[in-house]
Amino acid sequence: MTEPTMMQTVQTIVADLKDKKGALLPILHAVQNALGYVPPETVPTIAKALNLSRAEVHGVISFYHYFRDTAPGKHTIQVCRAESCLSMGGKALENHVKTTLGIDYHETTADGQFSLEPIYCLGNCACSPAIQIGKDVYGKVSTTDFDELLKEKSA
Amino acid sequence: MSITVYVPCDSSAVSVGANRVANAITQEAEKRGVAINVVRNGSRGMYWLEPMVEVATENGRIAYGAVKTSDVASLFDADFLNGGSHALSLGLTEEIPYFKKQQRLTFARVGITDPVSLEDYIAHDGYRGLKNALEISQADIVKHVSDSGLRGRGGAAFPTGIKWNTVLNTPADQKYIICNADEGDSGTFSDRMIMEGDPFVLIEGMTIAGLAVSATQGYIYLRIEYPHAFEILNTAIANAYAAGYLGDDVQGSGRAFHLEVRQGAGAYVCGEETSLMESLEGKRGLVRFKPPLPAISGLFGKPTVVNNVISLASVPIILDKGGDFYRDFGMGRSRGTLPLQLAGNLKHPGLVELAFGATLREVLYDFGGGSATGKPIRAVQVGGPLGAYLPESQFDTPLDYEAFAALWAVVGHGGIVAFDDTVDMAEMAKYSMEFCAAESCGKCTPCRIGSTRGYEVMDEIVNKRDLDKNIPLLRSLCDTMLNSSLCALGGMTPYPVLSALNHFPEDFGVSVEHNAA
Repeated sequence: MTEPTMMQTVQTIVADLKDKKGALLPILHAVQNALGYVPPETVPTIAKALNLSRAEVHGVISFYHYFRDTAPGKHTIQVCRAESCLSMGGKALENHVKTTLGIDYHETTADGQFSLEPIYCLGNCACSPAIQIGKDVYGKVSTTDFDELLKEKSA
Repeated sequence: MSITVYVPCDSSAVSVGANRVANAITQEAEKRGVAINVVRNGSRGMYWLEPMVEVATENGRIAYGAVKTSDVASLFDADFLNGGSHALSLGLTEEIPYFKKQQRLTFARVGITDPVSLEDYIAHDGYRGLKNALEISQADIVKHVSDSGLRGRGGAAFPTGIKWNTVLNTPADQKYIICNADEGDSGTFSDRMIMEGDPFVLIEGMTIAGLAVSATQGYIYLRIEYPHAFEILNTAIANAYAAGYLGDDVQGSGRAFHLEVRQGAGAYVCGEETSLMESLEGKRGLVRFKPPLPAISGLFGKPTVVNNVISLASVPIILDKGGDFYRDFGMGRSRGTLPLQLAGNLKHPGLVELAFGATLREVLYDFGGGSATGKPIRAVQVGGPLGAYLPESQFDTPLDYEAFAALWAVVGHGGIVAFDDTVDMAEMAKYSMEFCAAESCGKCTPCRIGSTRGYEVMDEIVNKRDLDKNIPLLRSLCDTMLNSSLCALGGMTPYPVLSALNHFPEDFGVSVEHNAA
């Protein structure tokens, strides 16, 4: 069996979800879950199914921080920038992460391994500072812990 | 009979290794040929002790914490399965002072039950509120909620009963219940703990709300940052449908209530109720003008109840024990309990549910144990990123909506973030403006442009440039944002900014006498 193409994946998702009330966010989530991002070339398909303009769909994608229109690295690292983490050394951790990866927020390492995104609160404020890699949250993260996590993920 | 061992599945506990500890315990038990039953419970909320392992004994549950995988073999050696003594022993969980001193109403079951076990929920007094609600009139359900004095726990503190009554009395062919689970306020995690630790209490609360106002469809708008809560909620909802607690015929009453979880996509402003509804409708999360109120014309133009997770999760106990029971907790016009979230630089961060009226100092020191770093606590932000910073001189304020409002501060969603004396309050004020600029929906000018200008002015101030010009400019800008923003994002960003400036002028390079507001 061959892998479905990107457009086939999107068409299946759209057919499944388009009749839900307020279907656009569920569709964008499903597309991003399947493909890692919402490719701009899929926007016309989504727009047509929901009777929206391409601009409207693009407007929604660009409004929400979570949706992205470029492929992410293999792992997405999110560093919490909010107050609780700041009170427990979050700034130093943030600087360490940026220096170690050699990238700033919204960038991906040249080898395609890691994307870095800021996040404003993971709800892990009793275990600050916190980061998230993929769907896994890590609490009380020291710079050494981060280095170990990075080694683990790079392996 | 096998012994039951509890290891939390709460995502904060997992963030410090609870899954690894649970696996290590299972493996060690297999290796030693001991039969155990590992239950993944919610967290008791004593996060400095997480991962906290509990063992069920004849005398009650005995706790061990914080457990690392390297401790597991020695716990077995110490016969922890029978409550044996170990360096990590904490004694009976419910005798731990931090826990024992609380008044847990909304959080009664969190950490005790298996979150997705409906049987466990019912065995611990679950669905008693719904049972009562099915036996009384809609007006009487609303009356219980009104009598309880419950006010919106999301932060705005609007009386829940009034909201419900408006929806009840607005005729429509379709009405909706929305649970606002977009817990974006930094320093808060009580919604997450409920959804991960006792999802049925939220489902029951929403079902009661649906019955009360004739709404047949509910949506939980959940932030994307809570993937674990998403899974647990969906499992619990499926279990509730299977047992007839959700669906076309709730418990044979002939009344329908359906429930679905929808995920947000990382926009803080979608915690504002009208922006949330735009998002649920599949649009950009732009704030709507009010009126019309959502209770009259809300989701898809229909009458809609929008309540926070904690508000809805407090409804079952109100319907179980009556509005008067709940109202007997608290002070003044702040009735019932508030689940406080102790966060930031504290020795004992966690969830503390207390009746309104405890002072900030009691919470910070008697529960929080002072700062984690051992330095003096210099500033405390209460109520999330739009809440004011309080200096030590205000720590004796009771946690009460009106007492905080009198100080030009807010209780909000009950998040308390402590900072030690290394904090630079001008940097924090700059951060508040930066956050507002990043999260502004862009619909109104004071918020969209004010926050960016505010960040630029704060940058000047942090670099001590032109203070004579920039401090008055900052105040003027805050005045504009406060008085002319469309919603609380632009309208309250001046709270942290101006409270930082007013209470900590030295960090802004301003002497106290030159800092007249």
